[in-house]
Amino acid sequence: MYDIKALYEAESTQDAIRLLQEHPQAQIIAGGSDVLVQIREGRRAGVELVSIYGIDDLRGVCLDETGAVRIGSLTSFSHIAASPIIQEKIPVLGEAVSLVGGPQIRNIGTIGGNTCNGVTSADSASTLMAWDAVVEIEGPEGTRRVPIREFYINAGVVDLRPAEVQTAIIIPKESYEGYFGNYIKYAMREAMDIATLGCSVNVALSPDKKEIRDARIAFGVAGPVPMRAPSAEKAAKGRPVSAETAEIFSRAVLEDIRPRDSWRAAKAFREHIAVETAKRAFEKSILLGGGVISEQAV
Amino acid sequence: MYAGQSVKRVDALDKVTGRTRYTDDLCDRRAYIARVLHSTIANGKVLRIDTAEAEKVPGVVKILTCFDLTEKHYFATAGHPWSTDPSHQDVADRLILTDRVRFYGDDIAAVVAEDEVAAAQALRLIKVEYEEYPFVLDVQKAMEDGAPLLHENYPNNILKHTQIRNGDYEKAIQEPGLIKVEGWYETPPVQHCHIENFICYAEMEGNRINVVSSTQIPHIVRRVVAQALGIEWGRVRVVKPYIGGGFGNKQDVLYEPLCAWLSMQTGGHLVKLDMTREETFACSRTRHSIRNHIVSWLRPDGTFVARKLEAFSDQGAYSSHGHSICAKGAGAFPQLYPCPNVEVDAYTVYTNKPVAGAMRGYGIPQAMWAVESHTEDIVTALGMDPLEFRRKNLMPVGYVDGFSKNEMYADSFNQCLDKAMAAIDYERKFKEYQNQTGDVRKGIGIAVFWYNTAVWPISLESSSCRMVLNQDGSFQLQVAETEIGQGADTAFAQMAADVVGVPLEKVHVVSCQDTDVTPFGTGAYASRQTYVAGFSIRQTGLLLKERILDYAHELTRMPVFNLDIVDGNIVRTTDGRVLMSLADLAEEALYSLSDSRHITAESTYQIKSNAYSFGCTIAEVEVDIPMCRAKLLNVVNCHDAGKLINPSLAEAQVHGGMSMGIGFGMSEKMMFDPKTGRMLNNNLLDYKLSTFLDHPRLQAEFVQNPEPTSAFGTKALGEPPACSVAPAIRNAILHATGVGINEAPANPHNLFRAFTEAGLIHDER
Repeated sequence: MYDIKALYEAESTQDAIRLLQEHPQAQIIAGGSDVLVQIREGRRAGVELVSIYGIDDLRGVCLDETGAVRIGSLTSFSHIAASPIIQEKIPVLGEAVSLVGGPQIRNIGTIGGNTCNGVTSADSASTLMAWDAVVEIEGPEGTRRVPIREFYINAGVVDLRPAEVQTAIIIPKESYEGYFGNYIKYAMREAMDIATLGCSVNVALSPDKKEIRDARIAFGVAGPVPMRAPSAEKAAKGRPVSAETAEIFSRAVLEDIRPRDSWRAAKAFREHIAVETAKRAFEKSILLGGGVISEQAV
Repeated sequence: MYAGQSVKRVDALDKVTGRTRYTDDLCDRRAYIARVLHSTIANGKVLRIDTAEAEKVPGVVKILTCFDLTEKHYFATAGHPWSTDPSHQDVADRLILTDRVRFYGDDIAAVVAEDEVAAAQALRLIKVEYEEYPFVLDVQKAMEDGAPLLHENYPNNILKHTQIRNGDYEKAIQEPGLIKVEGWYETPPVQHCHIENFICYAEMEGNRINVVSSTQIPHIVRRVVAQALGIEWGRVRVVKPYIGGGFGNKQDVLYEPLCAWLSMQTGGHLVKLDMTREETFACSRTRHSIRNHIVSWLRPDGTFVARKLEAFSDQGAYSSHGHSICAKGAGAFPQLYPCPNVEVDAYTVYTNKPVAGAMRGYGIPQAMWAVESHTEDIVTALGMDPLEFRRKNLMPVGYVDGFSKNEMYADSFNQCLDKAMAAIDYERKFKEYQNQTGDVRKGIGIAVFWYNTAVWPISLESSSCRMVLNQDGSFQLQVAETEIGQGADTAFAQMAADVVGVPLEKVHVVSCQDTDVTPFGTGAYASRQTYVAGFSIRQTGLLLKERILDYAHELTRMPVFNLDIVDGNIVRTTDGRVLMSLADLAEEALYSLSDSRHITAESTYQIKSNAYSFGCTIAEVEVDIPMCRAKLLNVVNCHDAGKLINPSLAEAQVHGGMSMGIGFGMSEKMMFDPKTGRMLNNNLLDYKLSTFLDHPRLQAEFVQNPEPTSAFGTKALGEPPACSVAPAIRNAILHATGVGINEAPANPHNLFRAFTEAGLIHDER
């Protein structure tokens, strides 16, 4: 039994915006895998809810006219993982969302909910960060698009204004074409867990596969929100594909990340794992891109 | 013969089709919902509770606080048989609600409401004023002079201290040339995590109170509810339906007294108390965290000369099972590796933490973590082979314990080790994994365990059984030993069918215990259900058979000594002729106009024996050092549990116990906020119970030496599978990396610390 004051079911995005305007205290519920847990805990007890779960227009993965990958915000994790477009263009995103919770959560949980929660541990978030995804939002003022790096403001706070609904997540063609990536979820168990640290890396190699044309890396749980590690990216860019580059790249993440000391994990431990996962995800990305890491000593 | 066959579980069909009804399924929807208000300080006194705002919530029926408890009947909660000797009774230190708070989560008030939402809303609106005292969470700090005192009559918070003194330790260690090996080994508090949280409901009928509870021990619950309420024991009726696991947590009286009291305070109305997972973690029972200090003195050839164990067991805030847990492990210490000079000091100490009680293994998993980790440290220090050292020093065949009179009849340890080694290809892997280098290394480790079945001679051990013949020749079987998921009902049916001589489907096990009608017995604990019930089933089955054959004599005019019951028929043994079916006999017995009889049998057997149940685990791991992660590749348990009544169920039982051992060794730990004493990870996300994907294929092996004291050759298997898994994993990690993790669990946090200290990880900045 949940302590819910009222539930309004939106039939379309415009209807959802109207309901949110009519009920300014109301919160959006999609799959409910986070919201219902919070209600049960008493944190949102007595809440008014606007359900957008019935808006099928917000569901599905497609390529838009520019070649960008467009993921409707209500698309479930299992749907994303099974999508041929994702498997072809950004397989690492499918792999990342396959690590969320368990099968039931992946069937009900949505990528929109995962990002709108504003939590740093979200398995989709570090990969979307690392691939320069763009968030599409509809509201009373119309549609706007925000780079996901700007969408995250602080722990639990995202750039959603009153009566706005996140409608899609878009990965532009230039963000994915030629890039190969890997995500490492470091958690205490192999399933049903949240990340102690999440690390998503992708690289674009030179045509001869000898040089790092571009490298991007984002972490979850290395700070209050998912974050990129620009020092590491800069350090690797233009360098030869080598074990030394992997070492330089991974050590450099310490200049950017700021994990917390908490009862869930010590700062020193998170930092150690950040370096190790950065190295491994970087090396794996290179291999996926067709590169061969030379065994030259560091 | 059904004993020894893997027959289908008697409850299989209901369980797989979802027809089985558990406590919550049985509770009427008109029940009031009760919720407990738990303290938000770890030590202190409740000064005032303001319920005014909470009372206004629509749907609230009544709010009762510790100050409404006018009659204070202190009671003990442990699921132990009652002792009529006051000096052997458990410590009665609990109240239904208390104003003297001793841990964060203590029970200070309760809301009774028409539904869950009203109850939860009211709970949030109650205001409590406390007087706070300093609190102590560490077991040894709690023993220091000046530490906050939890219970007035227990100076230095020591609930109990027991000693063992064999030989002369101080003199023995003077021998020149001895090698000393010393270590501290600690296990954290962990939780049972049964899938069905604790739940019960109660209502009055006449002047009696009926309680339905998810418990392992209905007859004990009856007694304790009566004691807590201060009423005659016969006014309490307890019903135990199917339960979704207990693992010892439900071998304790939890909230049945409170629920019964709430019903009595609301006009006898039906009241349901369904604990949340968070409450089950923080407010039911835990496994005692035990800190062990072991010193061993050996000759260079690996002979023990003298040994010493100090064990500090963290009881938490109330006594529950108390010192029994630590004492069991301490008692195993001189037996497992016999040594002429032994000193043991075992302490059970109150701290301001959730209450520790019974949990699968009852102190032995903690003791084996210490003893078998230490054994491996000895082997490492002496440069000996882990297997040869154990074979040389383990309890030999013919060993008899002076107290319990338990005897090591067969060569169980060597037989189990041999079988486990063969199953996991130990010798090859042990050699292959010696002296590895590199980031990722493999290792293989051994641990053995000591266990004994049942509680005699410490406590009463008796079992009662009733059999009632039906018109069709089938019969109902009732015992007080409870089905808690382990498959006990199936084993009982197999044994009863064999003794009486009927097809298995003719035995109808009455699974539900109802203290008004079920024969007396104390319930499921100490891995004793099959062993203990075996005696009364055999005795009662023979009695039933005697009565049936007596009636068969009337009907067939054949002498009883020439009659038998075979496969549900009355058979003349001299020529094997079937004289009549049992069904025909049973129908005639009830409806005969000349000699009508209701054929039943009931008897009690008091068991005055107890049996060792030994075995081992071998675990193989792969350790990724930079990732601070150990992966369990293979694990095998081998048990000598005597003759197996149902091999498939035995295997399943071992799998479950191994799973619990994996969590205990690798991931589980209850954590507490040092600033408040609040449990931090009281949910299944933050408490790292291992998942299916964290398990390799679990291998269960058996050697079956029939237990000579047993009615069916069987002995303990419920708890033993959880006893040696964790130290075997720890020893495998030691083999792989040279690093011994002495504080369980071997999770990435602890591996990071240990590998950093050992210099295997260098973090350059």
